Amino acid sequence: MDFYFFLIQVLNGVQYGLLLFLVASGLTLIFGIMGIINLAHGSFYMLGAYLAWSLAQYTGSLTAAIALGVVLTIALGIALEQVLFRHLYARDHLYQVLLTYGLILVFDELRSMIWGDDVHGVAVPALLAFSIPLTENLSYPFYRLAMSAVCLVIAGALWLLIRHTRLGMMIRAGASNREMVQALGINIRLVYTVVFALGVALAGFAGMLAAPVSSVFPSMGGQVLIISFVVVVIGGIGSVWGALAAALLIGMADTFGKVLVPEVSAAIVYLVMAAVLLWRPEGLFKR
Amino acid sequence: MAAEPILRTEALTRRFGGLTAVNDVRIDLRMGEIHAVIGPNGAGKSTLTNLLSGDLPPTSGRILFRDRDIAGRTPHRISRLGVGRSYQKTNIFKPFTVLENCRLAAQSRAPHALRILSRAERFRDLARNAEAALELAGLAQRADEIAANLSHGEQRQLEIAMCLATAPTLLLLDEPLAGMGATESARMVELIRALGRDHAVMLIEHDMDAVFAVAQRLTVMVNGEVLESGMPEAVRASPAVQSAYLGHGE
Amino acid sequence: MNRRRSDIALAAALLALALFPLAGSTFYLQLVTKIMAMAIFAMSLDLLVGYTGLVSLGHAAFFGIAGYTLALLSPQYEAANLWTTLPAAMAACAMFALVTGALVLRTSGIYFIMVTLAFAQMAYFVFHDTALGGGSDGIYIYVKPEMKLAGRTLLDLGDLGQFYDLVLILMTAVYLFLRRLLGSPFGRALAGIRANEQRMRSLGFPTFRYKLAAYVIAGALAGISGYLAALQFGFVNPEILSWHNSGIVLMMVILGGMGTLHGAIIGAFALVLLQEVLANQAWFGEAAKHWQLAMGVLIVLVALFLPRGLAGLGARPRKGSADGR
Repeated sequence: MDFYFFLIQVLNGVQYGLLLFLVASGLTLIFGIMGIINLAHGSFYMLGAYLAWSLAQYTGSLTAAIALGVVLTIALGIALEQVLFRHLYARDHLYQVLLTYGLILVFDELRSMIWGDDVHGVAVPALLAFSIPLTENLSYPFYRLAMSAVCLVIAGALWLLIRHTRLGMMIRAGASNREMVQALGINIRLVYTVVFALGVALAGFAGMLAAPVSSVFPSMGGQVLIISFVVVVIGGIGSVWGALAAALLIGMADTFGKVLVPEVSAAIVYLVMAAVLLWRPEGLFKR
Repeated sequence: MAAEPILRTEALTRRFGGLTAVNDVRIDLRMGEIHAVIGPNGAGKSTLTNLLSGDLPPTSGRILFRDRDIAGRTPHRISRLGVGRSYQKTNIFKPFTVLENCRLAAQSRAPHALRILSRAERFRDLARNAEAALELAGLAQRADEIAANLSHGEQRQLEIAMCLATAPTLLLLDEPLAGMGATESARMVELIRALGRDHAVMLIEHDMDAVFAVAQRLTVMVNGEVLESGMPEAVRASPAVQSAYLGHGE
Repeated sequence: MNRRRSDIALAAALLALALFPLAGSTFYLQLVTKIMAMAIFAMSLDLLVGYTGLVSLGHAAFFGIAGYTLALLSPQYEAANLWTTLPAAMAACAMFALVTGALVLRTSGIYFIMVTLAFAQMAYFVFHDTALGGGSDGIYIYVKPEMKLAGRTLLDLGDLGQFYDLVLILMTAVYLFLRRLLGSPFGRALAGIRANEQRMRSLGFPTFRYKLAAYVIAGALAGISGYLAALQFGFVNPEILSWHNSGIVLMMVILGGMGTLHGAIIGAFALVLLQEVLANQAWFGEAAKHWQLAMGVLIVLVALFLPRGLAGLGARPRKGSADGR
């Protein structure tokens, strides 16, 4: 494998990993802080992608579509939390699994009814639609670099949020001891609504960002769901940094796996997870 | 009653990162004797119990049960050697009846524990052991009640009954009187006194009246170390103990 | 007594099922046969989820391994022998359960869920991507296995009515076996592990061994359902090991009511029949195409308002009992 080919795989692996991080961070925050297992998380990713596609058609600009789409997904997250999810906090995990499985069916069918079942391509915004030449035969699409950059910015913003804001402090406190936080008078319900909306928005935004690269197709939600659960579990539930480390690990393992051992590449992610869990049964960075 | 100790520890130590919870502790427990361990909160008493019951492995030191080193063995193996442990925080099977709690405990010793096609009730010997344990603990009349519905004191009694159903030789009792009212405490003290006659008992307690009523030996722990150990009256009178613990209120 | 009533209800249900072939059409006979096989699948999972407290999202692995065992052991143009292939399928599942269980049971909670999923996915990819399983096209079973004794055919498994009887018998047998198991000392120990595993350990129970035994038994029983399904459809492909399948059977258990065995059967019937009803265009016209939406909404409602699943609808308020059920 020559250097530039290797470089391309590394860049791809990082980009995929960072995208997974966006989705997984939402999942781990929701599970770690609110104790909710949300199988419908992948559906938010899918909805984000379809929103981006249809809004881009409508407005003519992917950027505008993403901006609008993020607002809509935040609204969706708030609505879902207020109407449905807040009834689940005290319930057995399995009932959350049941309810969110029902939601997957609902979202899938809604998507089918609103946008149909076809696969769609989404155009990269003109400003970013060029490639950086590496050798005379190889070049790398700038959009993918832009994606990675955006994900890193968001990761940084999450870090700032969690480490340096009052909300972040409440999030960290809520994660360790729900009752204590409530006893201190912090509005835990508000924290939960914010965290949930944040998680949904992260997943939706990831879908929008990924749309030009991966296309928009019906089963994209299911695919990303399983992988993001794997990432969350490897990283350690509730740990955002664990999710980052695990996402990059999986991104690289998957990308290099497809190139080096294509026959078993699909199983690589699961082999990695099984190996990590057997070494550290609670994930790499368990709180 | 000056028999050979059934359990003794040598230089038993347990560290958690930078914190040494139990440091170089030497304690021995004899058949027919109630050995109380007291000390302020954080003295390491519960950690010590966890080390003896196998819930925690020691960092260093030895635990000799009948002269065999059991340090680091798993809880279930230690239990099978004849060690019964009751918990400070009630640790029963809440959804089951009182009788089932004990029956299950008794089942742990049964050779036919793995029979998979006969109804559990058919094994009368287990039920008898369970009933005997309940009788001893004073809960016989509550046998069919769901454990979650018992009063706090009754749940503590069940805690002990479950240990007894496993026919242990050594009993590790972690604050059995915690949260009990006066009558219940008195009943529990009588039970412990009765148990002390044919078991080896290590009793962790904060209730000083109870301790001095039943203990035949007393160890005071402070900051993970043994401050003083010996006959209760002598320990009580020791100036070091007075200033470190008993002198400060209660 | 509660037990009497449920025994009578059970007997009535079994009688109804036994008589059903007299009234039902071929289509419904096929459907109910499929549902009964799924009920075995669901009951085996309930042993893990509802009784031992182990939530597996990889149960479809056993379903698939059993089906593929039948497919691989069946000669191309002759009938295989049920008496050898069914035990072989169960044994293959038991082996897989023993090996993966020894590893998987070292984790717990959500981690356990994910590792079981991981192993099932790996099994999926073995059949999908290697030469072992005939790839994504799957394998056909051209001739149904035969069930002979001393040279005479006991049941013609190619005849729908007789195959229906076999599945009904097996479903009943599995139910009775599990009832017995759960009332036995072993079963009580499992219930204890679910209620308070740490206390069980400190009472002297080697809980790991109990969990592993339950895992192996559940795997072998799930194998029966996979075998029957492969037999019924004459075809296996990797999709039967997919996480979607694992998810569906878990839904059946939760929907029906975990920890009640008959809940698993109810859940299997409910989920499949619900889908049939909602997708029925004769009744719902155009809306039937969107049956998934209605199904999803109903599942959400059950999750919100029926904390003990469908089986909790008829039962008296739970007071607890000798075995915690």
